[in-house]
Amino acid sequence: MSEKETDQGKRQFLVAATTVAGGVAAGAAAVPFVASMLPSERAKAAGAPVEVDLTTLAPGERVTVEWQGKPVWIVRRTKEMLETIRANDGNVADPQSKKKMQPAYATNEMRAIKDEYLVVVGICTHLGCSPVGKFAKQAEAFDPNWQGGFYCPCHGSLFDLAGRVYKNRPAPDNLVVPPHKYLSDTRIVIGEDSKGA
Amino acid sequence: MAATPKEPVQFTGAGPLNAPISGVLTWVDQRFPLMSLWRDHLSQYYAPKNFNFWYFFGGLAMLVLVIQIVTGIFLVMHYKPSAAEAFASVEYIMRDVPMGWFIRYMHSTGASAFFVVIYLHMFRGLMYGSYRQPRELIWIFGMLIYLCLMAEAFFGYLLPWGQMSFWGAQVIINLFDALPLIGPDLSTWIRGDFVISDATLNRFFAFHVIALPLVLLGLVAAHIMALHEVGSNNPDGVEIKKHKDAQGRPLDGIPFHPYYTVKDMVGVVVFLFLFFMVVFFAPEMGGYFLEYNNFIPADPLKTPAHIAPVWYFTPYYSILRAITEDFMLVLAIGVAAYVVLIWLTVRSERVKYAAFAIGLALIFLMKGPAFTVLGVTFPIEAKVWGVAMMGAATLIFFLLPWLDRSPVKSIRYKGPLSKAALSIFVITFLVLGYYGVQVVTPMGTIISQIGTLIYFAFFLLMPWYSAMDKTKPEPDRVTM
Repeated sequence: MSEKETDQGKRQFLVAATTVAGGVAAGAAAVPFVASMLPSERAKAAGAPVEVDLTTLAPGERVTVEWQGKPVWIVRRTKEMLETIRANDGNVADPQSKKKMQPAYATNEMRAIKDEYLVVVGICTHLGCSPVGKFAKQAEAFDPNWQGGFYCPCHGSLFDLAGRVYKNRPAPDNLVVPPHKYLSDTRIVIGEDSKGA
Repeated sequence: MAATPKEPVQFTGAGPLNAPISGVLTWVDQRFPLMSLWRDHLSQYYAPKNFNFWYFFGGLAMLVLVIQIVTGIFLVMHYKPSAAEAFASVEYIMRDVPMGWFIRYMHSTGASAFFVVIYLHMFRGLMYGSYRQPRELIWIFGMLIYLCLMAEAFFGYLLPWGQMSFWGAQVIINLFDALPLIGPDLSTWIRGDFVISDATLNRFFAFHVIALPLVLLGLVAAHIMALHEVGSNNPDGVEIKKHKDAQGRPLDGIPFHPYYTVKDMVGVVVFLFLFFMVVFFAPEMGGYFLEYNNFIPADPLKTPAHIAPVWYFTPYYSILRAITEDFMLVLAIGVAAYVVLIWLTVRSERVKYAAFAIGLALIFLMKGPAFTVLGVTFPIEAKVWGVAMMGAATLIFFLLPWLDRSPVKSIRYKGPLSKAALSIFVITFLVLGYYGVQVVTPMGTIISQIGTLIYFAFFLLMPWYSAMDKTKPEPDRVTM
């Protein structure tokens, strides 16, 4: 042991400096581990646009296709369905689609490029379940005045046939309309639009 | 080495083998604190002599932990953590691996048994005030174990890669998505992909079999070390260390070993009877332990018609579902009423103003005029509040040691208010659990909303009802 008196100020400074340096090093060491959990290059590269042929889709029916691992629904809406949507503005939270849950070209009453075809990502905006199609206008356990649309079995959110969310349901937003464009009258591509999104 | 060698260990009870055993123990003890660990935690750890039925569950939780670790190790030998192979590998374990079905059913039943035992263990703590000073840290470590266990159960549930695995994980990860500002990036980071995929399964496997078990073991060690530092509580809630004999041993204490090790063996045998009855005769438990939809491989395009979490999460799930837009007004009124209560009854000016400020901020966030700052839309949506309330429902347990203002610890000496509050809380917890597995109906939502209010009232009003309650005097010594 040295006979000299301990320089407490120096010691405190060195302890603080070592702590800070060690803390920075520990924080920096965490970076590669945290980064390794981000989507990999392979995951980022997946999710190419999907082409769908609509010739076999009958009016009033729905087809589900997979895009970026998510279900995308295409519903061919009948005239009656479109009428129901127009009459349904009072029941839904965002009838004018003011929130940006759709590309600009689908920001309209029917939330579609062509009124006849609804194209939405079939994932509830609440917690990500895939709602069930309940297209018939009939009394349902979840709504005695059901006008037809989608019912989410997880938490009871309701959407009409334009993918608009009902008021006072857990889901906050309308269903997402993915970027899409028509290649012809009956051919559609999902995941790509005219602006080259 | 200048250390004085420790006294040789004298082993008795093995007849002619006493001498060699004593020799080995002495050799070890002079190099490792074997005998002092044995004494401090078993042969001379004095536990109150009046433990009752409710004191089985701590030891049983350890037993279940061992069952889970051992069965888990053997399941990992056959399980494949990849989206393409996971489901089939579980069926392979069930059908082709010798005794594989048995090991898997022990593991799946063990998961539910863990929560049964832990909930009863927590209820014991609530009844006898085991969280009160000086046992706050035991309670906090215990609650961390509970949270860790929930995470462990959640990660493990994805591994069979069935429909409920997939959609359950989808819902829970999307809870993080609801958080303002960082939500979407955070949930992508957790998944390691933009959807639940192979990457998600793989990392959940890593968390389930390595990360969380390590944390869990560390927390269990901390829980027990804290317990043995201050000593166990008991059904009377009185400190046995207040009365000691000439050797400094608590008069109302008995050595944990052999008294409670032997007593616990009875509990273990009874528990294992019940456990294996489930394993052999009802491993699915009517769809509550293993949900039927999980026997269908994960399909990212189709949610099962009815999804519900496994039973042990359902009270919190009910709270999540109860928070709808029109319920926010009720919550805001509740916050306002609570602030008024604090304002009228608390003397400290600092607490008054803090409560007022926090209450005002909360109400503003709940129902203020809508505006957007840095991409966060205020007021925050009902969905975010649902997530927040669910999180708060689990975290509020941590505050219990500071919310209980009763002069006595045990329910035996508490008054009618505390007894009623605890009874109503338990019933509410069960009712919320029941509605958590049911399909959403307007009636169910209203009941869940009332349940949510009662759930939080139990905790938040505790400082008042526990203090004003008529208590009976605590005995000086434990009663048998």
